[in-house]
Amino acid sequence: MFKSILFDTVSPSLRETPPDFFADLNLDQVVEGVATRVEDYDIRPFFYSPLRDVELIRYRQAIMRDLEDEAILKSVKEFSRGMRAVRRYTALSDKLMYEYHKMGWFLEAVWVYVETVRRLQETLSRLSPGSRGFADFKAYITEYATSPEFITLAEEARRIKDALNRVEYVLIIKSGKVSVKRYEGEPAYTPEIEEVFEKFRQGDVRDYRVDMRENGGMDHVEARILEFVARLFPEPFAALRAFYDRYHGNFFDAVLARFDEEVQFYVAYLEFIREIRRKGLPFSYPEIDVTGREEEVKDGFDVALAYRLLHSDTPVICNDVRLRGEERILVVTGPNQGGKTTFARMVGQLHYLAGLGVPVPARYARLFLPDRIFTHFEREEDVRNLRGKLQDDLIRIHDILVRATGESLIILNEIFASTTLEDATFLGKRIMEQLQALDALCVWVTFVDELARSGGKVVSMVSMVDPQRPEVRTFKIVRRAADGLAYALSIVRKHGLTYEQIVERIPS
Amino acid sequence: MNVLLLYPDRRFQPEGAFPPQTEDLVADLGLDVLFEAMSQGDEFIHDVVKEVLLSGETDVRTIRYRQAVLQDCLAHPDVVRRMYDVPLQALKRKREQWLGIFGSYYPSSILSSGRHMLEVYFELLRELRQIADRYGTSFRSPGFRRFFAMLQQELDDAYLATVSRHLKMLRFRRGVWVSARLGRGNEGTGYVLRRPDASNGGWMHRILGKGSPIYTYTLPSRDDQGVRTLAQLRDRGLNRAANAVAQAAEHVESFLMALRAELAFYIGALNLAEMLDRLGMPVTFPVPAPLEEERWQARGLYNIVLALNGPSKVVPNDVSADGKRLVIITGANQGGKSTFLRSVGLAQLMMQSGMFVPAVEFSASVSRHVFTHFKREEDSTMKSGKLDEELARMSRIVDRLRPGAMVLFNESFAATNEHEGSEIARHIVSALVARGIRVFFVTHLYEFARGLWEEGREDTLFLRAERRPDGRRTFRIIPGAPLPTGFGPDLYREIFASSSS
Repeated sequence: MFKSILFDTVSPSLRETPPDFFADLNLDQVVEGVATRVEDYDIRPFFYSPLRDVELIRYRQAIMRDLEDEAILKSVKEFSRGMRAVRRYTALSDKLMYEYHKMGWFLEAVWVYVETVRRLQETLSRLSPGSRGFADFKAYITEYATSPEFITLAEEARRIKDALNRVEYVLIIKSGKVSVKRYEGEPAYTPEIEEVFEKFRQGDVRDYRVDMRENGGMDHVEARILEFVARLFPEPFAALRAFYDRYHGNFFDAVLARFDEEVQFYVAYLEFIREIRRKGLPFSYPEIDVTGREEEVKDGFDVALAYRLLHSDTPVICNDVRLRGEERILVVTGPNQGGKTTFARMVGQLHYLAGLGVPVPARYARLFLPDRIFTHFEREEDVRNLRGKLQDDLIRIHDILVRATGESLIILNEIFASTTLEDATFLGKRIMEQLQALDALCVWVTFVDELARSGGKVVSMVSMVDPQRPEVRTFKIVRRAADGLAYALSIVRKHGLTYEQIVERIPS
Repeated sequence: MNVLLLYPDRRFQPEGAFPPQTEDLVADLGLDVLFEAMSQGDEFIHDVVKEVLLSGETDVRTIRYRQAVLQDCLAHPDVVRRMYDVPLQALKRKREQWLGIFGSYYPSSILSSGRHMLEVYFELLRELRQIADRYGTSFRSPGFRRFFAMLQQELDDAYLATVSRHLKMLRFRRGVWVSARLGRGNEGTGYVLRRPDASNGGWMHRILGKGSPIYTYTLPSRDDQGVRTLAQLRDRGLNRAANAVAQAAEHVESFLMALRAELAFYIGALNLAEMLDRLGMPVTFPVPAPLEEERWQARGLYNIVLALNGPSKVVPNDVSADGKRLVIITGANQGGKSTFLRSVGLAQLMMQSGMFVPAVEFSASVSRHVFTHFKREEDSTMKSGKLDEELARMSRIVDRLRPGAMVLFNESFAATNEHEGSEIARHIVSALVARGIRVFFVTHLYEFARGLWEEGREDTLFLRAERRPDGRRTFRIIPGAPLPTGFGPDLYREIFASSSS
C-alpha cells in the first residue's frame, strides 16, 4: 500500500536546519538553487536530512530515474500545478462574501481537482514507471480515481458547470445605472468597425487592448448583477447551492496531498541539474557502498560552481578521483587558484548528495557512504592574532578527530595557512599520523608538500598548469607526486584575407 | 491602401539602421553634402533620402519606375508639393489638438481619442481625393496613375459616408450594450460589445409583454466605487472596439505618413534639381543596366559634392569601362583621382536610387551594394597598428560582400612598404574580381599596378590622372598605363616655386 514517495515510514524525522558543513561545501547554494524552483513548497528539510539506509537510497534513485522520463516528469508537474490551483481556489472561496461568488469558486476548485487527479491517473496508466515507488503510487491513484465517490463528485461538478456555462446575458450600461437581461441575439459590433477600416490595415501596429485582468474580486454592483442573472436563470444556481452544501470541506485526499509535497524533492532537483546538464556537464546515479572503501569518480565537478557559472563562458573543469586498496587520504597540493578548494568541495558534495538518493555531479561514481561529514575550511575573516587563530584551528581539528569514526569523511582545506611552514609541517605530520590511524576518508588541501609524501594511506594529487604557458591555470587535479614547481602574410591570414580565404568567404 | 511611389509592388519600409560600413561610405564620398542639398535642413527628408540612396536598389524595373515618377514631379512641382502638405497638415493638427493615444489606460478614452483622430484624418483624405480628381489625368508615370486611381476607388463617396455614420455611432448615445457569460467563480467574462438593436426583443416587445424580463440597478448617489465598477464593465465591453478604432486611426495615420515618407524622397530630388539648375550644372536620367551586363559608361561625369560646394572646381570626365571589372587609377598626387573615384560612387548610388545623375550621359550596371575602403588620415598609431586597422576594416567588408558588389579603394594598404602592400593588394583584388565584384582602385603601389598591367587582362582598365608634358595637371582622368614615379616632386616644385616668387 502506497504511503510516501520519499520515505518508508509515515512519520520520518526531518532536520529543519542545515548540517554544519553546508556552507563550507557550498551546499547551501545548491539547496537554495533547488528549493527556489518550487517556492510554494518547503522542501529544504528533505535536503537537510541525508539517509544511510541503502535500500531507501535505491528506492529514491529508482523514482528519480522514472522522473527523468520527460513524460512522467511532465505529468507530475502538471499534477502539482493543478493541486496548487485547487488550494488557491479553496482558500479564495472561504474568504469571499457574496454567496454565488463563493460557491462559484468552490465549484472551480473541485473542478480543477477532478481534472488534475484524472489527468495524472490517465497519463500514468499509459506509462510504465519502473520504480516500486511509482508503481505503488499508480495503483493507489487508479483505485482512487475509479471509486464511486470520486466518480459522483466529478459528474456533479461537470453537470453544474455546463449549465452555468450556457448562461449568457446583456448589460446595458448608462451613466449611473445598469440593466440586465437575457442575451437575445444582438449582433457583435466590433467586427463591423474592423471591416470598415480594413483597407488601411498594413503591418503590425500597437495592440491597444487594455489588460483588464479578471482579478477574482466582486463588488456590490457585480454582486447585484449576479443576483439578477440568478433570477433570470434560476435552475443552475439552485444546483450549485446543493453541491456546495454537500462537498464543502471534504473532497481532498490526504495521500495525494502528501505525494504532491514530497515529489517536489525530485522535480526541483531535476530542474536544477537540467540547466547544468545543458552545459555539457554530466550527472549520474552513484553506486553506493557502506562497507568497502574503494572509490572511483570520473569527471566529477563542483555543482555549486557550475550553477554559479551557468550564464558565463568560463568552463567548469571536471576531475577524477580514485581510491584503491588501503588508500584513504587525498593530499592536494599545487599552485594557488588552481582549483584545489573546488576539488575538495566536489568530493564533499558527491558524498553528501549520494546520501540523498539523487544523481551526483560526475559521469560515474562509486562511493562509500560515510556516517558523517566533517569539514574545516580556512575562514579569511577571522584573522585575529596568529596565535589565537592557530589555537582555534587546533581546537576545531581536535574536535573533529574526537567525533569522527573510521567511517567518516573529513575535509581539511588550507588549515595552518597563517602559520610558519615549519609549524605547519610539524602540526600537519602529527595530524596525519592520527588520520592514518583513524582510517577515515579524507581530503586535505595543503601548501605543505611534505604531507603528500607521508606514504601509507596517502594519495598525492596536484593542481596542474600548462607547461607551455605557465600563467594559465588548467584547474585539473591529477594524481602525481608533489613537485614544489614573418609578418605581412601572417597578418593577412590572421584577418582571413588571403586569396583563398576571401574566395572561400564570399558566397557565390 | 498602399502608396507605392517608390516600389511598384511594395511599401517603403525604412530600416533606419545601416550596416557598419555605411558610416565610412558616407564620409568617404562626402554624401552629407548631397543629403543636405536635398533636404534643405529638413531632418525628415534628410533621413528618407539617406535611406533611399544608401539602400542601393538593384532592380532595374524599380529604378525606371522611380525615374518616371520623378519626371512627373519635375513637370508638376506645385501639385506634388501640395500633396506633400497633406500629411504635414495631419501632423500639425495632431500637435495642435493634442490628438493621439498617449498613455490612455481606459478603453473608453482610447476609443474617443481614436475616433477624434479618424475624424481629422478623414477630412484630409477627402482633400487628397480632390487633388486626385482635379489633377490626376495630367500625370504620366505608372506610379502616380495607380496612386490617384486608388484614391478615387477606395475613397469613393459611398465609403466616406459609411465612415461618417460609424464615427457617429461610436458616440454610444443609447448606452453601451455588452453581453457576458459566467466565468470562473461566477464572475462575468467574455464581454462582447453588441449593437443595440430595437427591432428584435427590444422595447416594443417588452411593452407588449412579449420580451424577457429586464432588471435595472440604479447606483445610490455618491457611490464612487459603483461608478468605477460600471466604468470598468463598460470598458471591458469597449476594449476590443477601442482597439479596432485606435488601430484604424493608426493605420490611416500610417498611410498618411507613408505618403509623407515616399514623397519626401521626390521632394528632396526636386530641391536638388532646382539647386543644380540655378548653378547651371547638367543632369541626366541614367540608363540602368542589369548586373550581369557589366556596363559602365560616362560622359561629362562630375563630382556633385564638389559642384554643390562651388562650380569652379568641377572637372567632367569621359570614361568608357564597359565589360571592365577592375579599374586601376594611378597618377599624380592632387591630380583628381580621388575626386573621380568619389564621382563614380556618387553616380552609382544616385542612379540606383532612381534619381538623375551629375553627367551628360551615364549608363551602368547596378551594383549590389557599394563599399569604400579609403586610406585614413595619418594618425599617431604605429605603422603596424595602422595596417592592422586597414585589414580589419577590409575583413569586415568581406564579411558583407556578395558577387555583384562594388568596392572603391583609395590608396589602401599603403601603411606598409610597397612590396608588402602590393602583395596584400594583389591577394585581395584578384580574389574580389574572381568572385565577381567590381573594383575601382586608386593606388600609388606601383608594383601592384604594374603587375596587373603585365597580366594584360581584358577585364581590367587602367586610368591615369592626366599630366601635360610641361608637368601641369589638368585634373582629368584618361586611359593610361601606370607610371613608375609619383608626382610628389611636381607638387613640391609648384608649392615651393609659388612661395618663392
